[in-house]
Amino acid sequence: MTRRTAITGIGVVAPGGPSRERFWKRVLDGDPAVREISSFDASAYRSRVAAECDFAPASFDIDAETARRNDRFVLMALAAATEAMADSALVLNELDPYLVGVSLGTAVGASLKLEREYVAVSDAGRKWTVDGERAGDDLYSALVPSSAAAELATAFGAQGPVMTVSTGCTSGIDSLGLAHELILSGEANVVIAGASDAPITPITVASFDAIRATTPLNSPVASASRPFDATRQGFVLGEGAAVLILEELESALGRNIGVYCEITGFAGRANAFHMTGLKADGAEMSKAIGVVLGQAKIEPKQIGYISAHGSGTKQNDRHETAAFKSALGSDAYCIPISSIKPVVGHSLGAIGSIEMAACALAIRDGIVPPTANLRVKDPECDLDYVPLTAREHAVEHALSVGSGFGGFQSAMVLSAVPGGRK
Amino acid sequence: MNAIGTGCPVISGLGVVSPNGIGTVEQWKATLSQESGIAPLPKEIAGNSGLRIGGIVRDFDDRKFVPDRLRVQTDRWTWLCLAATQFCLDDAEVDLAGSDPDLFSVMTSSSTGGNVFGQRELQSLWANGPATVSAFQSIAWFYAATAGQLSIHYGFKGRCGVTVADGAGGLAAAAAALRLLNREPDQRVLLAGGEAPFSPYGMVCHQKRKDLSRSSSLGSVYRPFATNGTGGVIGEGATTLLLETPHSARARNAPTVYAELAAVACTHDAHHQTDPPPTPAALCAAITMSLHRAGVLAENVDLILTDANGAPAWDQLEITALRQVFGHRLGQIPIAVPKTLTGRLNSGAALLDLAWAAQAVYHDVIPPSAPGCAVRRPGLDVVVEPRFEARLSTVLVIARGVGGFNAAAVLRSTKQVYR
Repeated sequence: MTRRTAITGIGVVAPGGPSRERFWKRVLDGDPAVREISSFDASAYRSRVAAECDFAPASFDIDAETARRNDRFVLMALAAATEAMADSALVLNELDPYLVGVSLGTAVGASLKLEREYVAVSDAGRKWTVDGERAGDDLYSALVPSSAAAELATAFGAQGPVMTVSTGCTSGIDSLGLAHELILSGEANVVIAGASDAPITPITVASFDAIRATTPLNSPVASASRPFDATRQGFVLGEGAAVLILEELESALGRNIGVYCEITGFAGRANAFHMTGLKADGAEMSKAIGVVLGQAKIEPKQIGYISAHGSGTKQNDRHETAAFKSALGSDAYCIPISSIKPVVGHSLGAIGSIEMAACALAIRDGIVPPTANLRVKDPECDLDYVPLTAREHAVEHALSVGSGFGGFQSAMVLSAVPGGRK
Repeated sequence: MNAIGTGCPVISGLGVVSPNGIGTVEQWKATLSQESGIAPLPKEIAGNSGLRIGGIVRDFDDRKFVPDRLRVQTDRWTWLCLAATQFCLDDAEVDLAGSDPDLFSVMTSSSTGGNVFGQRELQSLWANGPATVSAFQSIAWFYAATAGQLSIHYGFKGRCGVTVADGAGGLAAAAAALRLLNREPDQRVLLAGGEAPFSPYGMVCHQKRKDLSRSSSLGSVYRPFATNGTGGVIGEGATTLLLETPHSARARNAPTVYAELAAVACTHDAHHQTDPPPTPAALCAAITMSLHRAGVLAENVDLILTDANGAPAWDQLEITALRQVFGHRLGQIPIAVPKTLTGRLNSGAALLDLAWAAQAVYHDVIPPSAPGCAVRRPGLDVVVEPRFEARLSTVLVIARGVGGFNAAAVLRSTKQVYR
């Protein structure tokens, strides 16, 4: 019998909403959680705004030693995983631990801790041959982003396949896709899957400044991110985590806890074009969408919602619009599409999982989140982007796409399950 | 059309750039000649990290493999992987011009990113201000940089995947490739992994690891399974393998099918970020699962390429796991530790072991250890010198990573049915 993948738990740490339901309300309200960067003095930078999380590890029962040892992105992942696990009502010690896995996405890992330690050992950049005596004890864990997956596995006793997935800005879809394939193959029955990133650091902000990918619209802060709007000028950096509990569908249905939905399609394609540039035709994203619709066995008109990558850069939103038209034909004009990035920012690897959480909640509640700050129509972006206000709309199938540096294009379909959570 | 092996995906191309050799054939010859790439680290790299010796790729001319335009945008880690991939494609005689680019995927194992590039840009930022940070920092340092550059450089438009599981990452990526080929069997997968850890800050990041040797003696620095071992040695290098279905290999008249990748299994200790677990139960589980998935009985394993950490506590766990799986027969199974010639390549380590295993099966030769590094220990047949009379049909490869990662892979000979 063909195995299928259910989503049975969701946990979110996002700007403006350090829990699943608070995140969801903020997104539905279209209320941007963007502010001037507070974690360091950004006055010398081109882009000085970000979607920051008010995240205190202690409020998630993370002990002081764990908080000391780990980077912020690991702690946010732990917090999101704890909420997701509770939501799933799984009792892990009743499961075969070798059939419980972890697949955690991240784009830049512990860059916050790595940079802080670098400043200490290099005397703020004065020394090339740095001074190891000033380094912290846990620096290796910061160097390798696999430490995040290891931390989750240890916290929850997962002894099956455990790994970090790091495909830049598609990490959050790809980590769920890898987890889905672990369940389909029978290598795992349960996977703690999602993504986390805490990239609001001087080096990352400077990197995006250098290529003018982030917005220079620093004021008013609430309208800094404007996907699909004619006046958009780049993305707003964000941070956060989302963790979903993926479970073999039949087993999940047997627990009678009410599943959110199931993953019915996942695919990735590379554009083989440019590390940061996108071709205007969106051909490879279109191909990825075509593959996932085939896996889900659905027609374009059956899609009830598309969670767009919608970063708010000129080229991305044009590229994505072309991809939707190419893959979905005339139906592209009839499907509600939105980007939640004006509210929660672009948290690089994490955002893909955060957007998948939004898709699952859209299926649960029959409501499509809006694209905040979309006020001025761009003739090149002429689809139904659900401006400003959430829309009640039954969603049987939700499509989410991601696009990342390296030319990576990923797509995933979630589908409602009869008797699923409402 | 004849079947190849049992129908499992096959390894039909190998490319290696390692401390003991650059190029697929050259590196295999160097391995059989016991040429070591372990050497003292330059002082400006080692600093006061306490780590004095590493596996260094010498005489690597990046200009031969990386166009000028691309070299300024990328780290040495990416250069090594580009070179290994070119060797792999040459070895496999892939007709890129005549192939559909949509049917080539890139799956990489990654771990520490672009160390030298990253440190240079951190220094620019903190010494000279944000406006001095390179436009290429955002694409050179991050863990997916090499996968993206491989895809772009060769025009591969299938899936790109990047798996991180420290030293076990290569086998985790191999497992992901097997899953992809199961779902999309018309894909050909370039499976790549590499590491270039030698920047001053990179070394500081490694310095508190308890499993690395502080020895300055080349003769005693990395001696796996020695009860008085001092730990492992980190190395740089890259390996790329071409993985495709037997049908695909046959359809393009692949010149060499080294072996089939019969199965991979990954587990986790779920114990501690750095300390060894109390028992090797999870490592045992990875080994037994890989054998089970491959349909192989423990008694039919002809050769084991062990993880061979080099730190006694970790080595003892691996020995215990092997004894539990293979029982008294363990002493009759050769154990190869060619990584004593190169050091441990982190995310590149397991793929280099897969490449050695594939060469071993194909040539019926067991690769040796570095001179003086192999330890004679009761009940273990650690291979000292190359063994040319071997008849190898099934090889087990074991990999572990800091943080509690375990993985095992089973390779099987295809030569009886393919030649």
